[in-house]
Amino acid sequence: MSTETHQPAESAESGDELAVEAAIASPEVIADSLGEYLRLLFRRIRSGESGALPVTIGLVAIVIYFQARNSLFLSPGNLVNLLIQGAPYIILGMAEVFVLLLGEIDLSVGYSGAVCAVITAWSVFSVPWWVAILLGLATGAVIGTIFGLLITRLRLPSFVVTLSGLLGYEGLMIVLVARSGHGPGGSIPISNTIIDDLTEGNLSPVAGWIVMVVIVAVAAAILLLRDRQRRAANLVTPPLSVTGLKILVMAVAGVVVVLVGNADRGTALVSLRGVPWVVLIVLGVLAVWTVLLGRTRFGRYVYAIGGNAEAARRAGVSLNAVRTLCFTLAGVTAAIAGIVLASRLGSISTDTDGGQLVLFAVAAAVIGGTHLFGGHGKMINALLGGLVVAAIYNGLGLLGMSAAATYIVTSLVLLAAVTVDALSRRGSRAT
Amino acid sequence: MTTPSAADGARPASSGGRAPSPAATTTNPAGRPAQEPPLLELRGVGKNFGPVRALSDIDLTIPVGQVTALVGDNGAGKSTLIKTVSGIWQPDHGEILWRGRPVHLHSPKAATDLGIATVYQDLALCDNLDIVQNMFLGREEMKYFQLDEISMELAAKQTLADLSVVTVRSIRQPVGSLSGGQRQAVAVAKAVMQQAQLVIMDEPTAALGVTQTRVVLELIDQLSSRGIAVLVISHNLNDVVNVADRVAVLYLGRLAAVAPIKDLDTGTIVELMTTGRSSRVAATPGEPAHATSQPGAGPGTPTAGGTPGNGTVGHHTGEAP
Ligand SMILES: Nc1ncnc2c1ncn2[C@@H]1O[C@H](COP(=O)(O)OP(=O)(O)OP(=O)(O)O)[C@@H](O)[C@H]1O
Ligand SMILES: [Mg+2]
Repeated sequence: MSTETHQPAESAESGDELAVEAAIASPEVIADSLGEYLRLLFRRIRSGESGALPVTIGLVAIVIYFQARNSLFLSPGNLVNLLIQGAPYIILGMAEVFVLLLGEIDLSVGYSGAVCAVITAWSVFSVPWWVAILLGLATGAVIGTIFGLLITRLRLPSFVVTLSGLLGYEGLMIVLVARSGHGPGGSIPISNTIIDDLTEGNLSPVAGWIVMVVIVAVAAAILLLRDRQRRAANLVTPPLSVTGLKILVMAVAGVVVVLVGNADRGTALVSLRGVPWVVLIVLGVLAVWTVLLGRTRFGRYVYAIGGNAEAARRAGVSLNAVRTLCFTLAGVTAAIAGIVLASRLGSISTDTDGGQLVLFAVAAAVIGGTHLFGGHGKMINALLGGLVVAAIYNGLGLLGMSAAATYIVTSLVLLAAVTVDALSRRGSRAT
Repeated sequence: MTTPSAADGARPASSGGRAPSPAATTTNPAGRPAQEPPLLELRGVGKNFGPVRALSDIDLTIPVGQVTALVGDNGAGKSTLIKTVSGIWQPDHGEILWRGRPVHLHSPKAATDLGIATVYQDLALCDNLDIVQNMFLGREEMKYFQLDEISMELAAKQTLADLSVVTVRSIRQPVGSLSGGQRQAVAVAKAVMQQAQLVIMDEPTAALGVTQTRVVLELIDQLSSRGIAVLVISHNLNDVVNVADRVAVLYLGRLAAVAPIKDLDTGTIVELMTTGRSSRVAATPGEPAHATSQPGAGPGTPTAGGTPGNGTVGHHTGEAP
């Protein structure tokens, strides 16, 4: 198949190398059949180089556990609720991925998102809804850029700078809510139905099906087209069965989401059905950021800096510009999360717990498989990890556990994910 | 101290004291002897780190298409010298000429843009990126506002094949999964693809096994046969003798000698490395660049006689096969 074959003279050494390669390289680039793909995938996971699979398995286990404890867990009403609850965590997790990929961290995303939500909620009293949202996003961009500049130009550690943001933005949020004149009770209501509907509104059942089919078809077309171009250029191409399997997984996930969304989750009196809009918001953010990280120079440089900043510098990459932009994008993404959160709650309140939000955000990213030390991770990690966090949060709530218990369990899961990350790093360095 | 301005004689063709050096004649096409300026020329280059004189008064020329080995004891200034040439340090004294024109290498990028590619001791590769991504880092090709992965992969594959690098299983595997020799190969291929005319390597074979070392040495051969000049630091005199056309010996920041490899044996090199002078090559630290052309080093004398303390390395002609 491939022209890069082993030189016979090397074979004495290449036995071990093969194992290492198989462990670290992405299976689709070396497998030439579905069977080999699965075998390589398994070996890769066992060697600690996680992919999306471990977190998916973890998610299934959590779902089974909660379903066994409370049969309401898998009811359509609760599942849709879980998606809506999870959306802010997932989006915040994506914000965190931008900085985690650099090997940095942003502890302020929770409160900076809340500040942006305050700006949107406040301004929408006097401007159209989309202007209000843009103002919120712009606020996020400014906040992120300021942090990025402090961290890159003054060479301050991101941990400390954003820790000060964690505190400072909580204060700013409280001041803004008080100043707005719309929040006497310490919270500004969302006065615009469209912003409210970001999480409250649903697609009609038919529209849900159409949108799902379009999304899966577009994704499948992109995958197949890419394979075809590679094959045409005579490059190693994943076997059709592997690509087919991926498309199948996407289609099944899409069908499940639409079936769940379209099931009637209303009361005996009022029927309520349809996939919530927020699902599309999450998928939209996921798609745009995935393309940005995977298909552009900027994205490539983010990974390069996370992997070896010195190498990136020597290759002519402007480290400061890329790093600053990552913080800017994290700020914008945090603003999206803040607005979604405010939409779900119907208001943005000074009680918003940005500390818990940032814990959930980091947990979502890391549980999903993003490395804490930079260079490894994808936006989809935050989606899967965010679903795990949301499932734990939701499930423990269903079981009647206290908020304290939820915090403790989530922090334990985060700790476990970080430990696995660190151990697998140590493991791969030892080889 | 010699005066830097007298550096015109640093040309390869200036080997007055001996029969015409084959190394020098091969670079100059018969029609224009010594007219073409050397690829790179250092004139009186010095570099201080506070009170430490890491380099003083280095006059060195790097001719086109030849392998120059830079040897010296620990702390002799080898890494400092190549960092100066690759734009990481700026020299405190002297000047650097590229194809006869003075240049200021104010950044690694400036050096790379000229065609000077450095393969560092610590390997400037990103372990998490794959081979193609590393080879194109900083010079990605775009198509429809997206990375053009296919054309980059094709070009990378072609370059690796040209260099006879055939041991990697997939060029889409992360560099972190490669062996030391393979990583060197990727770094060198990256330099070749970026049209480097001078490739600088700092101890490329340190920490490599026998097979991997051979791969890297063959790679160096490949480079010089493509007309690319190579400046290589090595502590392994076996490697030096195998692969180099010329040897430059640094001693305590000074150039103790520069000579075609065939005029030196390992014993002499070791002597130069450890004492800065050799009874066979009458170099003095004060007159570095002409060490090989001093009257004392008459024709035939340098390699004459067995050298004590050196059994394994024969007196190779220095022309690597
Ligand atoms: N960044 C620096 N700051 C201060 N002194 C330095 C620096 N880099 C090198 N030196 C000094 O310059 C001298 C030459 O060092 P250099 O690293 O060039 O030696 P080398 O020949 O590469 O040695 P080795 O064989 O051990 O790699 C040494 O005395 C070293 O201590
Ligand atoms: Mg050194």
